[in-house]
Amino acid sequence: MSGEEFVPLSLTPLLIGTFAAIACALPGNFLVLRKQALIGDAISHVVLPGIVVAFLLTGAISTWPMMLGAAGAAVVAVVMIEAIRRLGQIEPGAAMGVVFTTMFAGGVLLLEQTDTSTVHLDVEHALYGNLESLIWLDAVGWSSLWDTEALAGLPPELPRIALTLIGVILFIWLFWRPLKISTFDEGFARTIGIRTGALGMALVIIAAIAAVAAFDAVGSIIVIAMFICPPAAARMMTNRLETQIAWSVGFAVLSAVSGYVLAGYGPLWLGSTDAVSAAGMIATMSGLILACAAVWGPCRNRAGAPGTA
Amino acid sequence: MLWDALTLQLGYNATLVAVGATLLGVSAGVTGTFLFLRKRALVSDAISHATLPGVCLAFMVLVAFGGDGRNLIGLLAGSAISAWIGLLCMNWLTRRTRLAEDAAIGAILSVFFGFGIVLLTVIQTMGVGRQAGLEGFLLGSTAGMLWADALIIAIGGAATLVLVMIIRRPMTMVAFDPEYAAARGLPVHRIDLAMMGLVMAVTVVGLKIVGLILIVALLIIPPVTARFWTDRSDRVVLLAGLAGGLAGYLGAALSASAPNLPTGPIIVLVSFAFFALSLLLAPVRGVLAAVLQHLKFQRRVHIRQGLLALAQDQKIYEPLTLRLLKRAGLARADGVATEAGKARAAKALRDEKRWEVVRADQAHEATAALYDGLRDIETVLTQDQITEIDRLIGGPQGVPS
Repeated sequence: MSGEEFVPLSLTPLLIGTFAAIACALPGNFLVLRKQALIGDAISHVVLPGIVVAFLLTGAISTWPMMLGAAGAAVVAVVMIEAIRRLGQIEPGAAMGVVFTTMFAGGVLLLEQTDTSTVHLDVEHALYGNLESLIWLDAVGWSSLWDTEALAGLPPELPRIALTLIGVILFIWLFWRPLKISTFDEGFARTIGIRTGALGMALVIIAAIAAVAAFDAVGSIIVIAMFICPPAAARMMTNRLETQIAWSVGFAVLSAVSGYVLAGYGPLWLGSTDAVSAAGMIATMSGLILACAAVWGPCRNRAGAPGTA
Repeated sequence: MLWDALTLQLGYNATLVAVGATLLGVSAGVTGTFLFLRKRALVSDAISHATLPGVCLAFMVLVAFGGDGRNLIGLLAGSAISAWIGLLCMNWLTRRTRLAEDAAIGAILSVFFGFGIVLLTVIQTMGVGRQAGLEGFLLGSTAGMLWADALIIAIGGAATLVLVMIIRRPMTMVAFDPEYAAARGLPVHRIDLAMMGLVMAVTVVGLKIVGLILIVALLIIPPVTARFWTDRSDRVVLLAGLAGGLAGYLGAALSASAPNLPTGPIIVLVSFAFFALSLLLAPVRGVLAAVLQHLKFQRRVHIRQGLLALAQDQKIYEPLTLRLLKRAGLARADGVATEAGKARAAKALRDEKRWEVVRADQAHEATAALYDGLRDIETVLTQDQITEIDRLIGGPQGVPS
């Protein structure tokens, strides 16, 4: 297809989807290794009450209050989970289940109670985002990439998610050694003076930031899928953390691009006229990649697991 | 209005919903208990999200064969099949690959849900219209509930309950000690699958009322609530059923009593209210009980230390200690011991000396380990042993006897 069509209609959603996928997959590697993979799931559920409260307070759909609301809700959720886990001596999974379902229910209730008919704010939007609508109308072709006037018309989600991605990369790059050590051997990390509690909290916060930024652009279903599927698939490919992260980024990009393309053009190839949900398709592709890795990946078995070679 | 709702006076639909929600709450609470005790509460999250593609596929098949796409039995059958496939995939991922259970849960949840959303958009473009009923499965929609729907929910819920009652013993054993259960010859893996199958049944039955996202709450919150009140697993099951049923009933009634109160979220919030109350008020495990326990301990420490100070003629400066001693009638406001106080103080000091002897003696090692500065020595040693120790300490010295 030509640049005149591709750049305004597909380039920005494709880039946003890819950036969001990488921004989630990077911290996801550590979360999967630390057995905290479901943090992404919890965060993406509690974001809903956060944005609804932000909307109620400001009365408008504006980005920054909503991002703040979502981040605030994520923090509230983390604190509540910890409090319930400690005060009630309940296992973390159940504490998480109590908190995120309740907050999600609260969000749905608030949404039903307020008059949001004039604005575009509903549960479906929160769940599967609207990747297809993030188009770049000012662009006329590849040349627009050097045209400052057209660049000003970029959907604001693109710079935001790019910035988030840079932040995530910086965090992982700066704290690479402590992160790696504390992920694999928390006791050892503590003896050599790494503050594992603070580091674990920082990782969760980074994950929450990535989730909220990605959620804003692509909806919560991609967030959960990208936190878990690419890192989990990468885990089957290698035993080295560096290689695993490289694989996971590759898988994230692959599922974002293939998912977007299949959602946009797949139905056309099959003779249908309308596209299907890109967010859902990206999640599905990441699942297919995971399935392939689980069946053929060279390191799919637990080391020392009884004879399943 | 609320009273009318609670007594089922708000008309046919509201009554159907209330009865259905109560039954659903009971069966979800009872089934969820085993999941919670097995420490796999979030598996229900994966199962419930995995129902979506099945619902969509069932809808497409029904429409393709010219039927009504919203036939509840067809949709529920479809959702059960896809949830079962998701469950098997998750089991395979955890058993046959290196992935931990949480990663497997998250992967199944997001991929199945994502695929379901793809199918939803396909249905939207099929031009059949009427897919609005399907979106209702996300968050539940009770508005158009029919007698037949309520009947399906009632039968499904009751069947689940009966099954749980039949296999509750092996499930309890597997939940508490899978190795022991395996050693006893129980098929642990198959019992686990049965447990998940029951959870799946509850999820499918609950799709219509609370929707697939919030059914997780009904499976997790009531068992957690019940766990606060008792340490016996059979009572946890009963209480969880009770809490779930009450939450379902109250939630349905509340949501019928005013407009814009969606049933599913209200039920979840009511059951969270039960949880919060239990967290605060439950005996032994509740926060309030813990605080009271701590205060009681603090008082005992203060009184003990105060008595020791009195016995050694030291002045007490700590106001709390003085106040507690005064309230117990052991000291006067100026810190001088009363007669009762003197007696108790002498006893405390003597006990302390007795403990000293016990702790110095290797033969009393096990007893000495119980020393915490508060325990009365009579509760750990016999009268004969104490007499023996007193003989070692000897009588008062420096005064003619």
